Amino acid sequence: MIETLINIALFAMLVFTALAIVRMDRLFAVVMLSGVFSLLSAMLFVTLDAVDVAFTEAAVGAGISTVLMLGTIALTARREKAPSHSSAVPLVVCVVTGAVLVYGTLDMPNFGDAKAPANLHVAPDYLHDSIEEIDVPNVVTSILASYRGYDTLGETAVVFTAGIGVLLILSGLRRRRRYLDEDEDT
Amino acid sequence: MRHHLILRVVTKLLVGTIILFAFYVQFHGDFSPGGGFQAGVIMAVAFILYGVVFGLRHVQSVFPIWLVHKLVALGVLIYAGTGVWNMVLGYEFLHYGSFNPHHMSHGQHWGILAVEFGVGVTVTGVMVAIYYAFAARPPHIGDDDW
Repeated sequence: MIETLINIALFAMLVFTALAIVRMDRLFAVVMLSGVFSLLSAMLFVTLDAVDVAFTEAAVGAGISTVLMLGTIALTARREKAPSHSSAVPLVVCVVTGAVLVYGTLDMPNFGDAKAPANLHVAPDYLHDSIEEIDVPNVVTSILASYRGYDTLGETAVVFTAGIGVLLILSGLRRRRRYLDEDEDT
Repeated sequence: MRHHLILRVVTKLLVGTIILFAFYVQFHGDFSPGGGFQAGVIMAVAFILYGVVFGLRHVQSVFPIWLVHKLVALGVLIYAGTGVWNMVLGYEFLHYGSFNPHHMSHGQHWGILAVEFGVGVTVTGVMVAIYYAFAARPPHIGDDDW
């Protein structure tokens, strides 16, 4: 009962935050509200007992991405430009996509359903054998780092590639501008 | 931010605690929520906070840009190197049991510790490197324009 109330309250706050983000045109406030949005979703993950995910959401969504958005605003502008097209078409696209997604959830198993396909494949083996084979109390860690170690290596490589990509884009632009300045000097 | 006295004092108090918490999350990930990814982000937050409040020059004298760029690659090398080392010892790639063949789960502990450390190093490096790349460009907005 209490959990339902907490869920309703959290989802209501999520919706209000999203509406406030849409209505505002001061980007500083929008960035701060998107941090609030991340913290609220982190709380939702806690109520779903996904503490590891909540941890990541709070650290990345509310922490790092807020700082990076602020850095972007400092480089660009602090007010949203007036849209050049009417917002009717995007609204229709969003509503239709949302309706299709909701329709898609109708076929999904209930939350926590023990007979859901995801809970019948390898998860029972992991939960049953983890203590004997890996002997680590946090099963999430044993799955991430050992059973699915190859996947996590791939994820680390993705983070590495993303970092290299951002560095190439940002520092490449700066160097080109410096060359242009030197050309103008000479 | 030369004039924000409270921010500066609080930041100085917090940075050490944040780094300590990052190490806790890193090496306690086997027992409690967290692991290399979260610890790497928290570690990066400590340096980013210091950079935001005290300026890029000061944080880069503590955590220089060449070191950050090396860390980005070093973490992946630690992770993949752990796997290759398993192969050298005659087991499959990323089969941590090879670290202690008589007691497989102890070997798993060492392997998990090593790969999580690799993840943490890469994530710290990438986050701080992206922050440096953003902050190094001259801003168009002054401190009071927000």
